Amino acid sequence: MTPRRPVDTGDPDRLYTVTGGRSRADDDSFDLVTLVVSECEPTAGMQSEHVRILELCRHPSAVVEIAAELKLPITVVRILLGDLLAMGRITARHPRAADSVASMPDSALLKEVLHGLRNL
Amino acid sequence: MDSAISEPPSRTPLSDTAETGLKIVVVGGFGVGKTTLVRSVSEIRPLNTEEVMTQAGVGVDETSEVTGKTTTTVAFDFGRISLNERVVLYLFGAPGQERFWFLWDRLFSGTLGAVVLVDTRRMDDSWYAIDRLEHHKTPFLVAVNRFDDDPFTHSLDEIRQALALPDHVPLIDCDARVRSSGKDVLITLVDHLYELAMAQEMTP
Repeated sequence: MTPRRPVDTGDPDRLYTVTGGRSRADDDSFDLVTLVVSECEPTAGMQSEHVRILELCRHPSAVVEIAAELKLPITVVRILLGDLLAMGRITARHPRAADSVASMPDSALLKEVLHGLRNL
Repeated sequence: MDSAISEPPSRTPLSDTAETGLKIVVVGGFGVGKTTLVRSVSEIRPLNTEEVMTQAGVGVDETSEVTGKTTTTVAFDFGRISLNERVVLYLFGAPGQERFWFLWDRLFSGTLGAVVLVDTRRMDDSWYAIDRLEHHKTPFLVAVNRFDDDPFTHSLDEIRQALALPDHVPLIDCDARVRSSGKDVLITLVDHLYELAMAQEMTP
Protein backbone atom coordinates (compact mmCIF):
# COMPACT_ATOMS: atom_id res chain seq x y z
CA MET A 1 0.00 0.00 0.00
CA THR A 2 1.13 3.52 -0.68
CA PRO A 3 1.23 5.85 2.30
CA ARG A 4 -2.21 7.32 2.77
CA ARG A 5 -1.37 10.47 4.65
CA PRO A 6 0.94 12.76 2.68
CA VAL A 7 -0.91 15.88 3.70
CA ASP A 8 -0.01 17.55 6.94
CA THR A 9 -3.46 18.08 8.36
CA GLY A 10 -2.35 17.47 11.92
CA ASP A 11 -1.95 21.17 12.48
CA PRO A 12 -5.00 23.11 11.28
CA ASP A 13 -3.41 26.33 12.50
CA ARG A 14 -0.77 26.00 9.86
CA LEU A 15 -3.41 25.74 7.16
CA TYR A 16 -5.16 28.85 8.45
CA THR A 17 -1.85 30.69 8.33
CA VAL A 18 -1.34 29.61 4.73
CA THR A 19 -4.74 30.97 3.72
CA GLY A 20 -4.75 34.03 5.94
CA GLY A 21 -7.51 32.64 8.11
CA ARG A 22 -9.89 31.59 5.36
CA SER A 23 -11.28 28.07 5.24
CA ARG A 24 -13.42 28.41 2.14
CA ALA A 25 -12.78 29.54 -1.39
CA ASP A 26 -14.86 32.50 -2.54
CA ASP A 27 -16.25 30.50 -5.41
CA ASP A 28 -15.97 27.04 -6.87
CA SER A 29 -14.35 28.23 -10.05
CA PHE A 30 -11.41 25.85 -9.76
CA ASP A 31 -12.38 22.34 -10.73
CA LEU A 32 -10.11 19.43 -9.79
CA VAL A 33 -8.90 19.29 -13.39
CA THR A 34 -8.79 22.99 -14.17
CA LEU A 35 -5.36 23.52 -15.74
CA VAL A 36 -3.41 26.37 -14.21
CA VAL A 37 -0.63 28.29 -15.97
CA SER A 38 1.73 30.88 -14.48
CA GLU A 39 1.71 34.28 -16.10
CA CYS A 40 4.77 35.62 -14.24
CA GLU A 41 7.82 34.55 -12.27
CA PRO A 42 7.79 34.55 -8.47
CA THR A 43 9.03 37.77 -6.93
CA ALA A 44 10.81 38.53 -3.68
CA GLY A 45 8.62 38.70 -0.62
CA MET A 46 5.91 36.50 -2.10
CA GLN A 47 4.24 33.91 0.15
CA SER A 48 6.16 30.63 -0.21
CA GLU A 49 3.08 28.67 -1.33
CA HIS A 50 2.44 31.21 -4.09
CA VAL A 51 6.07 30.87 -5.16
CA ARG A 52 5.74 27.07 -5.38
CA ILE A 53 2.54 27.31 -7.40
CA LEU A 54 4.08 29.76 -9.87
CA GLU A 55 7.10 27.47 -10.25
CA LEU A 56 4.94 24.37 -10.73
CA CYS A 57 2.65 26.02 -13.24
CA ARG A 58 5.32 27.11 -15.71
CA HIS A 59 3.76 24.20 -17.56
CA PRO A 60 0.01 23.59 -17.23
CA SER A 61 -0.83 21.76 -13.99
CA ALA A 62 -4.21 20.52 -12.80
CA VAL A 63 -5.50 21.70 -9.43
CA VAL A 64 -5.18 18.15 -8.04
CA GLU A 65 -1.57 17.94 -9.15
CA ILE A 66 -0.78 21.22 -7.41
CA ALA A 67 -2.45 19.97 -4.23
CA ALA A 68 -0.49 16.70 -4.35
CA GLU A 69 2.82 18.49 -4.98
CA LEU A 70 2.28 21.08 -2.26
CA LYS A 71 0.89 18.44 0.10
CA LEU A 72 -2.02 20.71 0.92
CA PRO A 73 -5.75 19.94 0.88
CA ILE A 74 -7.66 20.87 -2.26
CA THR A 75 -9.68 23.52 -0.41
CA VAL A 76 -6.53 25.35 0.67
CA VAL A 77 -5.08 25.19 -2.84
CA ARG A 78 -8.29 26.63 -4.28
CA ILE A 79 -7.99 29.63 -1.96
CA LEU A 80 -4.34 30.19 -2.93
CA LEU A 81 -5.20 29.91 -6.63
CA GLY A 82 -8.05 32.37 -6.21
CA ASP A 83 -5.56 34.90 -4.79
CA LEU A 84 -3.12 34.40 -7.64
CA LEU A 85 -5.88 34.63 -10.23
CA ALA A 86 -7.17 37.88 -8.71
CA MET A 87 -3.65 39.30 -8.95
CA GLY A 88 -3.37 38.23 -12.58
CA ARG A 89 -0.39 35.98 -11.85
CA ILE A 90 -1.99 32.83 -13.22
CA THR A 91 -4.55 31.94 -15.83
CA ALA A 92 -6.95 29.00 -15.65
CA ARG A 93 -8.08 26.69 -18.42
CA HIS A 94 -11.39 25.31 -17.22
CA PRO A 95 -12.84 21.96 -18.25
CA ARG A 96 -15.60 22.28 -20.78
CA ALA A 97 -18.32 20.33 -18.99
CA ALA A 98 -17.49 21.31 -15.41
CA ASP A 99 -20.82 22.76 -14.42
CA SER A 100 -23.19 20.42 -16.19
CA VAL A 101 -23.33 17.38 -13.98
CA ALA A 102 -26.10 15.46 -15.68
CA SER A 103 -25.63 16.54 -19.27
CA MET A 104 -23.44 14.51 -21.55
CA PRO A 105 -20.27 15.82 -23.17
CA ASP A 106 -20.60 16.11 -26.91
CA SER A 107 -19.87 13.13 -29.10
CA ALA A 108 -17.03 14.91 -30.90
CA LEU A 109 -15.06 15.26 -27.67
CA LEU A 110 -15.75 11.63 -26.73
CA LYS A 111 -14.56 10.52 -30.15
CA GLU A 112 -11.35 12.42 -29.54
CA VAL A 113 -10.97 10.67 -26.17
CA LEU A 114 -11.56 7.26 -27.76
CA HIS A 115 -9.01 7.98 -30.43
CA GLY A 116 -6.46 9.02 -27.81
CA LEU A 117 -7.05 5.90 -25.72
CA ARG A 118 -6.76 3.57 -28.70
CA ASN A 119 -3.42 5.15 -29.59
CA LEU A 120 -1.92 4.57 -26.16
CA MET B 1 7.50 -7.62 -14.20
CA ASP B 2 9.92 -4.88 -13.22
CA SER B 3 7.28 -2.39 -12.38
CA ALA B 4 9.40 -0.76 -9.69
CA ILE B 5 12.05 0.16 -12.23
CA SER B 6 9.83 1.09 -15.15
CA GLU B 7 7.44 3.12 -13.05
CA PRO B 8 7.06 6.58 -14.56
CA PRO B 9 8.08 9.68 -12.63
CA SER B 10 5.39 11.56 -10.76
CA ARG B 11 6.45 14.95 -11.97
CA THR B 12 6.26 15.03 -15.74
CA PRO B 13 4.96 18.35 -16.98
CA LEU B 14 2.04 18.45 -19.36
CA SER B 15 2.44 19.82 -22.83
CA ASP B 16 2.11 23.62 -22.91
CA THR B 17 -0.77 23.21 -25.35
CA ALA B 18 -2.87 21.20 -22.87
CA GLU B 19 -6.15 23.04 -22.42
CA THR B 20 -8.90 20.59 -21.49
CA GLY B 21 -8.88 18.39 -18.40
CA LEU B 22 -11.33 15.47 -18.25
CA LYS B 23 -12.24 13.16 -15.40
CA ILE B 24 -13.07 9.49 -15.06
CA VAL B 25 -13.67 8.05 -11.62
CA VAL B 26 -12.81 4.51 -10.53
CA VAL B 27 -14.92 3.42 -7.56
CA GLY B 28 -15.05 0.24 -5.56
CA GLY B 29 -14.52 -1.24 -2.13
CA PHE B 30 -11.29 -1.25 -0.17
CA GLY B 31 -8.57 -3.41 -1.72
CA VAL B 32 -10.43 -4.10 -4.96
CA GLY B 33 -7.60 -2.69 -7.09
CA LYS B 34 -8.60 0.90 -7.85
CA THR B 35 -5.09 2.28 -7.47
CA THR B 36 -3.69 -0.71 -9.35
CA LEU B 37 -5.95 0.07 -12.30
CA VAL B 38 -5.04 3.76 -12.22
CA ARG B 39 -1.35 2.88 -12.04
CA SER B 40 -1.51 0.43 -14.94
CA VAL B 41 -2.75 3.06 -17.40
CA SER B 42 -1.35 6.29 -15.97
CA GLU B 43 1.60 8.13 -17.51
CA ILE B 44 2.64 9.34 -14.07
CA ARG B 45 3.10 7.43 -10.85
CA PRO B 46 -0.28 7.80 -9.11
CA LEU B 47 -0.34 10.77 -6.78
CA ASN B 48 -2.30 11.02 -3.59
CA THR B 49 -4.08 14.06 -2.32
CA GLU B 50 -6.60 14.93 0.31
CA GLU B 51 -9.62 17.03 0.89
CA VAL B 52 -10.64 18.26 4.31
CA MET B 53 -14.36 17.97 4.86
CA THR B 54 -16.50 19.32 7.61
CA GLN B 55 -18.07 16.69 9.80
CA ALA B 56 -21.63 17.61 8.81
CA GLY B 57 -23.25 14.84 6.83
CA VAL B 58 -20.54 12.32 7.53
CA GLY B 59 -21.62 8.96 8.84
CA VAL B 60 -20.08 7.43 11.91
CA ASP B 61 -16.58 6.18 11.29
CA GLU B 62 -16.33 3.14 13.47
CA THR B 63 -12.60 2.77 13.05
CA SER B 64 -11.86 6.31 14.08
CA GLU B 65 -10.25 6.68 17.45
CA VAL B 66 -10.70 10.40 17.52
CA THR B 67 -14.03 11.65 18.73
CA GLY B 68 -15.31 15.18 18.63
CA LYS B 69 -13.42 16.04 15.46
CA THR B 70 -14.93 18.86 13.51
CA THR B 71 -13.30 17.99 10.21
CA THR B 72 -12.49 14.76 8.46
CA THR B 73 -9.95 14.09 5.77
CA VAL B 74 -10.55 11.97 2.71
CA ALA B 75 -7.65 10.76 0.62
CA PHE B 76 -7.80 9.76 -3.00
CA ASP B 77 -5.35 8.69 -5.67
CA PHE B 78 -5.18 9.91 -9.20
CA GLY B 79 -3.29 9.30 -12.41
CA ARG B 80 -3.07 11.02 -15.77
CA ILE B 81 -3.21 10.20 -19.46
CA SER B 82 -2.36 12.79 -22.10
CA LEU B 83 -4.72 11.88 -24.95
CA ASN B 84 -3.33 14.40 -27.42
CA GLU B 85 -1.66 17.83 -27.34
CA ARG B 86 -4.80 19.48 -26.01
CA VAL B 87 -6.79 16.92 -24.01
CA VAL B 88 -5.66 15.28 -20.79
CA LEU B 89 -7.63 12.67 -18.89
CA TYR B 90 -7.38 12.35 -15.12
CA LEU B 91 -8.33 9.09 -13.42
CA PHE B 92 -9.47 9.22 -9.83
CA GLY B 93 -9.58 6.29 -7.46
CA ALA B 94 -12.39 7.05 -5.04
CA PRO B 95 -13.46 5.27 -1.89
CA GLY B 96 -16.81 3.61 -2.48
CA GLN B 97 -17.93 3.29 1.11
CA GLU B 98 -21.17 4.82 2.15
CA ARG B 99 -19.66 7.38 4.47
CA PHE B 100 -17.83 9.01 1.57
CA TRP B 101 -20.90 9.80 -0.52
CA PHE B 102 -20.56 13.53 0.20
CA LEU B 103 -17.10 13.49 -1.32
CA TRP B 104 -18.46 12.35 -4.65
CA ASP B 105 -20.88 15.22 -4.94
CA ARG B 106 -18.25 17.80 -4.18
CA LEU B 107 -15.23 16.46 -5.96
CA PHE B 108 -16.47 14.47 -8.88
CA SER B 109 -19.15 16.59 -10.46
CA GLY B 110 -18.63 16.83 -14.17
CA THR B 111 -16.94 13.46 -14.64
CA LEU B 112 -17.30 11.83 -18.04
CA GLY B 113 -18.24 8.54 -16.42
CA ALA B 114 -17.23 5.96 -13.86
CA VAL B 115 -15.71 2.51 -13.62
CA VAL B 116 -17.11 0.36 -10.82
CA LEU B 117 -14.42 -2.15 -9.98
CA VAL B 118 -15.80 -5.36 -8.48
CA ASP B 119 -14.19 -8.15 -6.50
CA THR B 120 -16.45 -11.21 -6.78
CA ARG B 121 -15.47 -12.28 -3.27
CA ARG B 122 -16.92 -9.04 -1.91
CA MET B 123 -19.70 -8.04 -4.24
CA ASP B 124 -21.63 -6.36 -1.45
CA ASP B 125 -19.07 -3.54 -1.55
CA SER B 126 -20.28 -2.54 -5.02
CA TRP B 127 -23.97 -2.05 -4.37
CA TYR B 128 -23.72 1.32 -2.78
CA ALA B 129 -21.48 2.70 -5.52
CA ILE B 130 -23.84 1.48 -8.25
CA ASP B 131 -26.83 2.93 -6.44
CA ARG B 132 -25.20 6.35 -6.09
CA LEU B 133 -24.08 6.46 -9.72
CA GLU B 134 -27.59 5.60 -10.92
CA HIS B 135 -28.97 8.27 -8.61
CA HIS B 136 -26.55 10.86 -10.00
CA LYS B 137 -27.20 9.70 -13.57
CA THR B 138 -23.47 9.28 -14.04
CA PRO B 139 -22.88 6.77 -16.84
CA PHE B 140 -20.74 3.84 -15.74
CA LEU B 141 -19.57 0.35 -16.51
CA VAL B 142 -18.78 -2.51 -14.17
CA ALA B 143 -15.39 -4.20 -14.48
CA VAL B 144 -14.78 -7.45 -12.61
CA ASN B 145 -11.20 -7.57 -11.40
CA ARG B 146 -10.27 -11.24 -11.67
CA PHE B 147 -7.81 -12.09 -8.94
CA ASP B 148 -5.39 -15.01 -9.16
CA ASP B 149 -7.28 -16.99 -6.59
CA ASP B 150 -10.61 -16.33 -8.26
CA PRO B 151 -11.53 -19.69 -9.79
CA PHE B 152 -13.95 -18.01 -12.20
CA THR B 153 -16.83 -19.61 -10.40
CA HIS B 154 -19.04 -16.66 -11.22
CA SER B 155 -19.88 -15.99 -14.83
CA LEU B 156 -20.59 -12.44 -15.96
CA ASP B 157 -24.27 -13.37 -16.24
CA GLU B 158 -24.33 -14.51 -12.65
CA ILE B 159 -22.59 -11.32 -11.55
CA ARG B 160 -25.02 -9.16 -13.50
CA GLN B 161 -27.85 -10.92 -11.72
CA ALA B 162 -26.21 -10.67 -8.31
CA LEU B 163 -25.71 -6.93 -8.75
CA ALA B 164 -29.17 -6.46 -10.29
CA LEU B 165 -27.41 -4.64 -13.09
CA PRO B 166 -29.63 -3.40 -15.95
CA ASP B 167 -28.83 -4.73 -19.43
CA HIS B 168 -27.70 -1.36 -20.73
CA VAL B 169 -24.78 -1.17 -18.28
CA PRO B 170 -21.64 -2.72 -19.79
CA LEU B 171 -20.09 -5.51 -17.70
CA ILE B 172 -16.60 -6.82 -18.49
CA ASP B 173 -13.75 -8.84 -17.01
CA CYS B 174 -10.40 -7.22 -16.41
CA ASP B 175 -7.03 -7.64 -14.77
CA ALA B 176 -6.29 -4.29 -13.14
CA ARG B 177 -2.55 -5.03 -13.08
CA VAL B 178 -2.27 -5.27 -16.85
CA ARG B 179 -2.00 -2.09 -18.85
CA SER B 180 -3.76 -3.42 -21.96
CA SER B 181 -6.62 -4.67 -19.81
CA GLY B 182 -6.96 -1.34 -18.01
CA LYS B 183 -6.90 0.39 -21.37
CA ASP B 184 -9.70 -1.89 -22.60
CA VAL B 185 -11.79 -0.95 -19.59
CA LEU B 186 -11.45 2.75 -20.41
CA ILE B 187 -12.12 2.24 -24.11
CA THR B 188 -15.26 0.20 -23.33
CA LEU B 189 -16.48 2.94 -20.99
CA VAL B 190 -15.84 5.79 -23.43
CA ASP B 191 -17.38 3.75 -26.26
CA HIS B 192 -20.48 3.44 -24.09
CA LEU B 193 -20.44 7.19 -23.37
CA TYR B 194 -20.10 7.89 -27.06
CA GLU B 195 -23.14 5.75 -27.86
CA LEU B 196 -25.15 7.57 -25.19
CA ALA B 197 -24.06 10.97 -26.49
CA MET B 198 -24.93 10.01 -30.07
CA ALA B 199 -28.36 8.79 -28.97
CA GLN B 200 -28.93 12.02 -27.05
CA GLU B 201 -27.82 14.19 -29.96
CA MET B 202 -30.24 12.32 -32.27
CA THR B 203 -33.12 13.17 -29.95
CA PRO B 204 -34.40 16.67 -30.70
